[in-house]
Parts: sequence; structure tokens; C-alpha cells
Amino acid sequence: MFGRLNWDQFQLKDPFLLAATIGMPIVLIAVVVLLAYFKKWGYLWREWFTTVDHKKIGIMYILVGLGMMVRGVAEVLMMRAQQSIAMGDAQGFLAPDKYAELFSVHGTIMIIFVAMPIMIGLMNIAIPLQIGARDVAYPALNSISLWLTISSALLVMASLVIGSFSTSGWTGIAPFFEKQFSPGTGVDYWTWALQISGVGTTLTGINFFVTILRLRAPGMKLMKMPMFTWTSLTTTVLIILSFPALTVALLLLSLDRYLGMHFFTNDLGGVVMLYNNIFWMWGHPEVYILVLPAFGIFSEVVATFSRKKLFGYESLVYATAVIAILSFTVWLHHFFTMGNDTSVNIAFGIATMIIAIPTGVKLFDWLFTMYRGRIQFSTPMYWTMGFMVLFGIGGMTGVLMAVPPIDYMVHNSVFLVAHFHNVIIPGVLFGYFAGMIYWFPKSLGIKIDETWGKVAFWCWTIGFPTAFFPLYALGLMGMPRRISHYDDPTWQPLLIVAGIGALIITAGLVLFAVQGWKTVKDRKKNADTTGDPWNGRTLEWSMASPPPVYNFAVIPHVEERDDFWEKKEKGTAYQRPEKYSDIHLPKNIPYGVYIGVASFLFGFAMIFYIWWLAILGVLGVIVTLILSGNNDDTEFVFPAEEVKRIEDAHYERLAAAGVLSGTSTTTLEHKHE
Amino acid sequence: MVEKKVFRFVFKVSVVAVATLVSSCQGVALLDPKGPVGAVNRDLLMIAVGLGFLVVIPVIAMTVWFAVRYHESNKKATYKPHWEGSLRIEAVIWLVPIAIIVVLSYLTWVYTISQDPYKPVPSTEKVLHVQVISTDWNWVFLYPDQGVAQVNKLVLPVGVPVTFDMTSSAVMTSFFVPDLGSQMYIMAGMVSHLNLLASQPGQFTGKNMEYSGEGYNSMHFPVVAVSKDEFAKWVTQTKATPSALSWDLFQQVNKPQKDYPVTTWASFDPAIFTKVVGLFAVNHGDGTSKGLEPAKSTN
Repeated sequence: MFGRLNWDQFQLKDPFLLAATIGMPIVLIAVVVLLAYFKKWGYLWREWFTTVDHKKIGIMYILVGLGMMVRGVAEVLMMRAQQSIAMGDAQGFLAPDKYAELFSVHGTIMIIFVAMPIMIGLMNIAIPLQIGARDVAYPALNSISLWLTISSALLVMASLVIGSFSTSGWTGIAPFFEKQFSPGTGVDYWTWALQISGVGTTLTGINFFVTILRLRAPGMKLMKMPMFTWTSLTTTVLIILSFPALTVALLLLSLDRYLGMHFFTNDLGGVVMLYNNIFWMWGHPEVYILVLPAFGIFSEVVATFSRKKLFGYESLVYATAVIAILSFTVWLHHFFTMGNDTSVNIAFGIATMIIAIPTGVKLFDWLFTMYRGRIQFSTPMYWTMGFMVLFGIGGMTGVLMAVPPIDYMVHNSVFLVAHFHNVIIPGVLFGYFAGMIYWFPKSLGIKIDETWGKVAFWCWTIGFPTAFFPLYALGLMGMPRRISHYDDPTWQPLLIVAGIGALIITAGLVLFAVQGWKTVKDRKKNADTTGDPWNGRTLEWSMASPPPVYNFAVIPHVEERDDFWEKKEKGTAYQRPEKYSDIHLPKNIPYGVYIGVASFLFGFAMIFYIWWLAILGVLGVIVTLILSGNNDDTEFVFPAEEVKRIEDAHYERLAAAGVLSGTSTTTLEHKHE
Repeated sequence: MVEKKVFRFVFKVSVVAVATLVSSCQGVALLDPKGPVGAVNRDLLMIAVGLGFLVVIPVIAMTVWFAVRYHESNKKATYKPHWEGSLRIEAVIWLVPIAIIVVLSYLTWVYTISQDPYKPVPSTEKVLHVQVISTDWNWVFLYPDQGVAQVNKLVLPVGVPVTFDMTSSAVMTSFFVPDLGSQMYIMAGMVSHLNLLASQPGQFTGKNMEYSGEGYNSMHFPVVAVSKDEFAKWVTQTKATPSALSWDLFQQVNKPQKDYPVTTWASFDPAIFTKVVGLFAVNHGDGTSKGLEPAKSTN
């Protein structure tokens, strides 16, 4: 009846996990009861769970990402503590398989359930506003994508309590992840969580690809798009092209594990090398899927806060495109040491290095945007400058590892760990932090608390080198990655320093939360009444904050890059239309939640071999899709009078803020100072 | 005068810094290699770091410089809000990285060929063959030319090029002796190769670099490089003991277990290595069966 689900699967032995096993259900029940007590369930269902409004979906994505980040960081602290202690006779407090579970779940969570949701969240919040659209191309699909992400994140969380997660890393290790070597639930948790979230991400990719190509405001030619929109467009192309490779790799693995086939096994014709090839055909572009939108954010931030046009717009566009194309030609550098022919290693090594060229160009373009600007040191700009200082080092170590003979020495060592954290933390995470703070006032209508934001920034920027530069040294000393115990006493001091760095970073994360809390606490005082708190350049700053449900009362006509800023300069911004008309908007739908629940049950059932439930889950998805396809009542009319009322209120606030009296940017600048 | 003092101070500090850096390299395995393979890899690393700094240092310096110079409080600095491009600057920021990558690509081309792990290290000495079998979670070393075998300890003669023929009896592993040079993956049913040479005597640590399960932590072993004479003596002494590693005994060693005690055998069943490869053989349907060729030859 319940497959391999039995009481032994519940984590009751380990004290840490016991706390989670007991704590998580209690917290869940408490939340459910409290929400019911305060009668908030109806509100949540109407306003959030069933919404198709991209702005709210974006906020939910970011909340999922930040929530999962808490778990990801908790795992870091446990791993760093273990490595600081477990030298020689000291065994530390984590058994090898528990440690392996931690590094596997840490990577999976940070890439798939922190970085991806925050990135997609920011795309949701900003892109329709940047291109002058009222929603995404497929609002219902957007809701479904969100719930697929939530259901797969819940699967990963469930692994904490029932069964255990994979021990074969976030990338999977062939043939170690085969049933012969890893018979438990772990690898199946990993595959199904990735599969379900992968479907959600692919749908998002298609959605935003179509949105950007089809829903731009009149006049916004491709070469007039804001840079974040450009990099997001490129990212959606990468998502659409690369995610099928992941799906196939995981599907073949599942065929091995469930039906006894032999794709990646040692014996009977299985080829372990095939897995590495297929996985990294997705895995490498995935890195650029994460980092390109961050590059877009840096472009927006650096131009806005330097109060200057972006330097080398065309260069940046072409550099982005070159990076995207090349990202598909370098996957083999993840296994130079697999005995490949020298010519193969040379080709992939050089292809990898070539990526450094457009990336370097981007860095210089941002620098020359700052050059001859009037730089306002706002928190997003802090994150951008921190990125520019730290990212170069990570990029350089990446180029080092692209040289095959160097890679033969540092591959699989903690040098590699230091390298990819050095590109992902300053490159991706700093970018998302900058983006979250940059668009926070737009999204919620509250100006952010800069003081705590800057303290948080300094914790990250000091904590990062403290935590990861020792790993470069340890890598050169020959320390392998993923070990939970070692005998070399010279490693310990450096690992303790790295542990202190992790604590400083954690403090940074806590202070980031403090910043959010302070911001929301002082929301009355810091209300953003103009909708343009940063003296912004692109269309999203031309409406109220938070934007009305229809985004644009009248779809703007775009003439230039940085159209809103140009209009402010000319004094033609904030012009009122002669009249407002009715606006058609998509209606809320419950299908996203249904599909999320059904796919969670399907994933859980597959992991524990509960076949009847798996079939029910699939049927649930199919029936929901049929219902959703037959639903013709998808739109409602937002009446013109209501639009006028909302817009009148906005213009009153603008007038009160003194923006309308003189619409030049100088007026706004004075207001800031 | 003040400038001179400052200059002297900076000079002294940098001398001390460089000296500390150099002295701290001793003991950093990859920067203080004990063989020619590691030495060339190290030099390549240093050159690549130097080339990388050509971009990284200006970026860091310009970030700080521009941030200070064009901070909004500095009203004296030039402000050009509409300036969005300059062909000259664009040319430089594209061409400089291109030039660096061209140089590095050339080095990659040349050294990837010369550092090919499958190619024996050039030497006047005859190559020593060592067969390596990685198990869950121990290392078995077979010396086919000498006829001796050892588990969890590797003895090598100084100055003699060594060719490792490697296979796995379980999951994928990676064989690495940081002091000597390059690493190589080891896979079941396949044979991969690695060539190294120890140019000075000493005791190093060899290790598995690829996570392989519960016993991964302890999958490291002493690598002892001794003079040719001492190596010959070790072989003779070993051969004098009445011990043999039969296929049956190998299967005992091969069972999943951690920290198998270092053991030496005077002789071993010469079929062990091919048998381990054959454990995962592909049946071709025509009665013949053979292990998969290593990645190299299938290309």
C-alpha cells in the first residue's frame, strides 16, 4: 500500500533531524491554525495562491528562494563546523554519509531552489514593467510554473523528515547514484525534485521568451530594450535549449533505477561517461542562466546610480549573446581528467577561455559607465561594486581551470569549490541582492533601509574572502572536495578561518533580513509616493509603486533607450492621457495550486514506490490541464472609471511630492539630497 | 625625503611579503612539486595567473578609483550623462582580453599536448608499469614487471618514469598524487592511464579526489619515492617473503571495507587486472567479450 514508506524512514535517531522531524510538522500545523484563526486563508487564496499577476508571482518566487536559502546556509554552517573539527583523531559530529547528504542538498538547494526562484522572481517583477506590458504572455502558465517550483521545493524539504536526500552531490555522480551503490530514497528525491522544478523552469523560459518578443510596447525595438530584459531574453533561450538535456539525463537515470536498465551503470554496456556529458550539456549553460540576468541587473544599477547612460550598450548585448552561444560549447571542461584525447581537451579548453573575453568586456563597460558619472552610493550600487572587485578573481581562477594541465592539478579539489563560489556568490547572489533591493520600492511601495543594507553588504564582502580564499590555498595543498575528515594538520587553521568566514556571511544574511524588517516596519515613513525613488531610467519607474494591477493605464510609446529618463529630461514624462479606457485583465485561476499538489504527490509517490498514488498524481495533472483548457472565462474588465480613480490618486501624490511642477531630473535629484 | 621613506618602506614590506609567500610555498604541494609533470603544470599556473592579473588588477583598481573620483559629492569631476560610447575605448576593452586569451590559447595548445597524461614522461630510463585498482575503498597496486603487489601504499623509484594503468572494481574514482602532478579518473570496465615521475625521494600522499561513498575520506595512501637501489632492494626483500595475491585473496581485499592494512605480496595472479576489467565486460553476442576500451581509444 505505501511502497517503501514505513516508520523506519522517519528520521528519529539523529538529534538534529529529530528536531526537524518533530519541529517541522508542529510549525506547519501552527501556521495553518493561526492563519485559520485570523481568517487569512481566504485572503491568501484569493490574493496570492490563485493570482496570475506577475508582480505577486514574482514576490512569491523570491520568498521561496529566500526561505530555502535559510536551509542552505544552515547546512553550510554544519559542514564548516565539521571540517574545522574533524582532523586526525577527532571525528566531528557528522557521519560521512550525513556530510555527503549535506553537500548534496546544499548544492541542489542553492542552485535550483534559491538562485533560480529569485532570478525568476525578479524577471516576473521587472520584465513586463520594463517592456511596457500589462502581464506576461501566458499568465496561467506563470502560476503553474510557480506551483511546480513550490512543490519541488517542498519535496526537498520533505527529505529532511522522511527518508534522506541524495549523497551523490548536486550534479550526480555516475555510477555512484545507481541503485547498486545508492539504494535509498536519496537519489530519487534528487531526480524528482529536479525533474518537477525543471518542468516549471522550462515553462517559465518559454513564457518569458514569448513575453519579451511579443509584448513589447510600440517603439521598443530589440536594441532599445533595457539591459535586464536583454539578458533575461538570452537566459530564456538558454533555458529552452538546455533544460531538455537535464530532463533526458535524469530520465535515463530513472530508467536505470526503476526499470533496471543500463544507461549509466558499470556493467552490461552502461557508460558512466555518458552521464557526465549529458548532464553538463545542461549544467554549464545553467551557470549562465543564473549569471546573465545578474549581469543585466548590474547594468541597470550601474547606469541608474552613475546617473549616466550605459556605456557600450551594443557591446554588452553582443557580449551577452556570445556568452550564451559559447556556454553550449564548453561542457567538457567539467571532466578534462577523464582520459579524453588531447585535441578534445584543447578545443574545449580554448572555447572556455574565449568566454572570458566578452565577460571582461562587460566588466569594462560597467566601469566606463561609472567613469564621468555622478555616482550615488546606494545599497544596490554597493553590491555592484563589491561584485566588480570580487568577481574578477573568480573569473580568473575559472580561466586557470580552463587550461587542461592546470585543471589536472586542481580538479575535484577545494580550489574548484572556491572558484565556483567565487563566481556564483559575487556574480549571481550579489546581483540578485542588488536586484531585490533595487526593485523593492517598485514592488512594495516602500523605500529601503539603506543603513542595515550597507552593514549586510560589508559582512558579505568581508566574509566572502575569509570563507573562500583559504580554500584556494587548501586546493593548492591538495585537499579534495567533499571530505568530512582529514589527517593533515596543516589544513586545520585554514579551515577554521573559512568557518569564521561562513559565520560572517551568515551575519550578513541575518542583517539582510534585518534590513527587510526595518524597511517594512518604517513603511509609513518611507512610503515611495512618486514611484521613482532612484531617479530611474526605464519604464518600470514611470508608474506608481506598487504598480496598479494593470501596470500601465495607457501603453507607452517608446522612442529611445532609457525612455523614461529621456522623457524626464525633456519634460514630457508624466503626461496625462486625454481619457482612460477599459482594460482587460486575466482572471485568477486555481489550476496552478492543483497541479502543484498533484505533482508533489506524484514525486513523493515515485520516491517511495507508492504506485497507485503516482498514477493519481499524473491523472490529477492531466485532469487539471483539461479543466484549465476548457475554461473560457479567463478575463475580466477593469473599468475605465476605476483606472481614472487610481491614476488621479497617483498624480495627486506626484504633485504633492513636487515632481509635476518641474519635471526635469534636477528637481528629482534635489529631492533626494 | 618623505617620499623616499615611503618608497623604502613599501619596498621592504614587499620584499618581506614575497619572501613569506615563497617560503610558504614549501609544503604547498602544487607549488613545490617533486616531479617534472607537476613542475610544468605549476609554471603554467603561474604564467596564467600573471596573464589573469593583467585584467583583474586594472578592474579592481579602476573600480576603486572611479568610485572615489566620480562619487556624487565630488562636484569638480567631469559629468557626462549622455556619453554612451567611444570606439577607441571599445577597441581597447575588446582587444586586450582577446590578446591575453590568444597567448593563453597558444600555451594551452602546446602544453596540453606536452602534458598529455597518457604520454610517458621523457627520460632515458625504462618505464616502470604499475597497475592500479581502486576498490570500495582501498587501493591495490600491482607491479607486473617486478611481480610484487601492495595494497594502500605505493613505492616508486626516483628518476624512473612510471606508467599507471588504472581500473576500478566499483565506482568512479580519481587518482591523484599532488606532489607529483596530474590526476586521472578511474572507471570500472575501462583502463585509463597516467604518467608521472618522482625526481626526488620523499614521502607523499596519494588520494582519491572523486566522492565514492562512505569510505571516501580514508581513501588516501602513502607514496614513497626511494632511490633506484632502494627500490630494487624493496622488490628483492618483498619477493623473499612467501606470500601471494591470488584471485581469491584479491576478492577478499576487494570487498567493500575501509582502511585495509598496508600489505605486501611477493607475487600475484597476473590475470587479476584484466579480470577486474572483465567483471563489467560487454557481451558482444558473438561469444567474444571484452572490457570497454578507455575513453582515449574510442575517439
